[in-house]
Amino acid sequence: MVLKIFFPQCCNTADSGLLVGRWIPGHNSAVVLAVIHYPFIPGQVKKYLSELQSQTQVDLTVLGSWSMPKEGQEGMDSFLKDLSTIFPQKCWLQLSREIGKRGFTCQVVQNNGKLLQDQEQKNGDDKIILIHYDQRKVMLSQLHPVQDVGQKSDVEPSELRLVFLTVAQSQPLFFLDKYDDGPLKLTHWQSEGREASIIAELLKQVSVPVCIFLTWLLSLWHWLCSFRMLHLRPVLFISSKLSTCVQSGYRAVHFKTVFSPKKAARHMEFMRKANIFVSFLVDIALGLLLILWLYRENRISKLADTLVPVADRVAKELQELLEWLMGAPAGLKMNRALDQVLGRFFLYHIHLWISYIHLMSPFIERILWYVGLSACLGLTFALSILSDIVALLTFHIYCFYVYGARLYCLKIYGLSSLWRLFRGKKWNVLRQRVDSCSYDLDQLFIGTLLFTILLFLLPTTALYYLVFTLLRLVVVLFQGVIHLSVDFINSFPLFAIGLRICRPYRLAEGVKFKVLCQEPGTPLHLMMEINPLKCSSVLQCYRMPTYSCSPKDSWAALCKKLFVGELIYPWKQKTAKTD
Amino acid sequence: MAEEEFTDINGNSISLDCQTRSAFCREFTVTSPKLSLRKVMVYTCFVWLFAYAVFFFTENTTVLSSAIILTLAGMMIHIHFVKVDHETLLIIGSLGVQLSSFYASGRESTIFIEMNKLKDIVINEAVYMHGIIYYLCILIKDPADPETVTSVVPLFQSSKPRLNCLVQVYRSCQEILAQ
Repeated sequence: MVLKIFFPQCCNTADSGLLVGRWIPGHNSAVVLAVIHYPFIPGQVKKYLSELQSQTQVDLTVLGSWSMPKEGQEGMDSFLKDLSTIFPQKCWLQLSREIGKRGFTCQVVQNNGKLLQDQEQKNGDDKIILIHYDQRKVMLSQLHPVQDVGQKSDVEPSELRLVFLTVAQSQPLFFLDKYDDGPLKLTHWQSEGREASIIAELLKQVSVPVCIFLTWLLSLWHWLCSFRMLHLRPVLFISSKLSTCVQSGYRAVHFKTVFSPKKAARHMEFMRKANIFVSFLVDIALGLLLILWLYRENRISKLADTLVPVADRVAKELQELLEWLMGAPAGLKMNRALDQVLGRFFLYHIHLWISYIHLMSPFIERILWYVGLSACLGLTFALSILSDIVALLTFHIYCFYVYGARLYCLKIYGLSSLWRLFRGKKWNVLRQRVDSCSYDLDQLFIGTLLFTILLFLLPTTALYYLVFTLLRLVVVLFQGVIHLSVDFINSFPLFAIGLRICRPYRLAEGVKFKVLCQEPGTPLHLMMEINPLKCSSVLQCYRMPTYSCSPKDSWAALCKKLFVGELIYPWKQKTAKTD
Repeated sequence: MAEEEFTDINGNSISLDCQTRSAFCREFTVTSPKLSLRKVMVYTCFVWLFAYAVFFFTENTTVLSSAIILTLAGMMIHIHFVKVDHETLLIIGSLGVQLSSFYASGRESTIFIEMNKLKDIVINEAVYMHGIIYYLCILIKDPADPETVTSVVPLFQSSKPRLNCLVQVYRSCQEILAQ
């Protein structure tokens, strides 16, 4: 059986001492975490280790001895052998390194005194692999797919996962550095001096009261939103249609996650918080840039000034379209009476709309100016408001579409039912199928008459329906593009991508091994490096769930609905998912 | 170390290099033939002659600049993403198997498969284009369910060596896996 020893690179040049680490259960391997130097008192070492064991939940033990003899330390060998009696172990490792040579030699002593491997094997073939690893990187890294520590899973964690977990959980071991005046002197990755930054510490101290204050503000907002008045049916209905309200509700949920004073325990929670926070900051920054661009050279007033003429122009174009439909559109011959009725009906609506716009025009500039300021809440807000403004300005197109669709739908239903009557059949509601039925003569007569009338009126209605559906689809497409971009900004994991680019070892897909050149008589030395996660996997793993605006219906269902005349709502917004 | 003359399935000559690092660790490197200068020159000349012909008719210098940029971009994409220089299989007994591909631009793409996920290394047959070829592959199992094969990872996909080369690699690997 091959014994694998994971040895940190920082201890390659450490002075002689004791190896402290953990035996990986279930696999024949050991992880060395630190080296305790001479002189030490064995009782204090045992006390320190048991303290750390209760703190970190990692069963740290003394694994063996490490010797790198300098001049004047020749008598170490016998001293090292005696140490194995003080710290009783099943297996005692004796690693040693000579100055000038790159390979280590390793001997393993079992507790009955016998050496593990046969010394007479050729090439000094020890069944031992020494794997060097970068302690700091392995400590900070997270293997994907993420398996949680406390979660009970059927899969036993693999050897590498256990190694990563051991190093990550042993953080308190690395707090003692060489400037501490304790009884023990250790070597690990931080023994040259603990890394800390004043700014990070200050931010950590400040963040707790800030988080508490912001959580209180959020609870105030929730209390405001829970007023009875705001829960009336019409208000609820409108607010579910306006994308601004949806976006603000969504952001409130985000804030609740980010500003909770509890520290994130698991990796996924931490990444989620960080992603939301960074997304939010970038959103605000982009919103402020937009404000800068809009308010410089007073572009917003220019925009407001062009708004009314544009609305006028749209109304005029619609009027011309209706005049065209009332004549002989594309050479088709329409039913004159129905044509005139529908055309005049829609023209009157447009007239009402124009008057309404003209009524609003003195206030538009002021309103737009203040609404533009709300972009400081984020670019997503500005885009949602744009989408809502477009929806409000094209409300008449929506109304026309609904009228046309309802009329057409009624006609199609009437036609299909009367067609069944024409053939002598009937729709059986109880059995949900078509049955034959014997009609009276007068029923047949009236039915056939109505059928003919409806059939000949069909082209006119169908044309109106077609024109207004196309217009409505154009508006829906534009709104869909805006919603997709809002969705993208909401769900893109910026922090994870930034981490992958700047600190690729933090998100690990696996490991890479490199064989280090060896000298005869030494065991196999490997260098373990971290293989970072691919960018596509990062996106897939850390993408935040959103109220995804994907099309509700497939293409086939959409076409069927259009043909039959049912009202279509292609971008259905789901309610915010709660995890 | 051993180097012998092998060919891939198309008849181009490749080389196999076996290094025995220790009793239970071996490394196999299959090197593909390098990018041939003649092919590069032929393609470049073809593209540029075509661009000159278009320029002759349209008198627009954008055609020439875009042809140059296209050629450069195409070459860079080819050597960074497509052209594999050599592929390595490193097998370490009781630890796992590592597969890496080194591209002509120096880029390295590596995956490591742990021993508890590895069921076996076998030579398999596949229908490829108009013929049947042999390829070496690793059978992956789920540690919780050791009897079923969850996926198959083919080795040496870019170099596609022939059976004699595969048999040598297979025998070496089986010696280590049997330990």
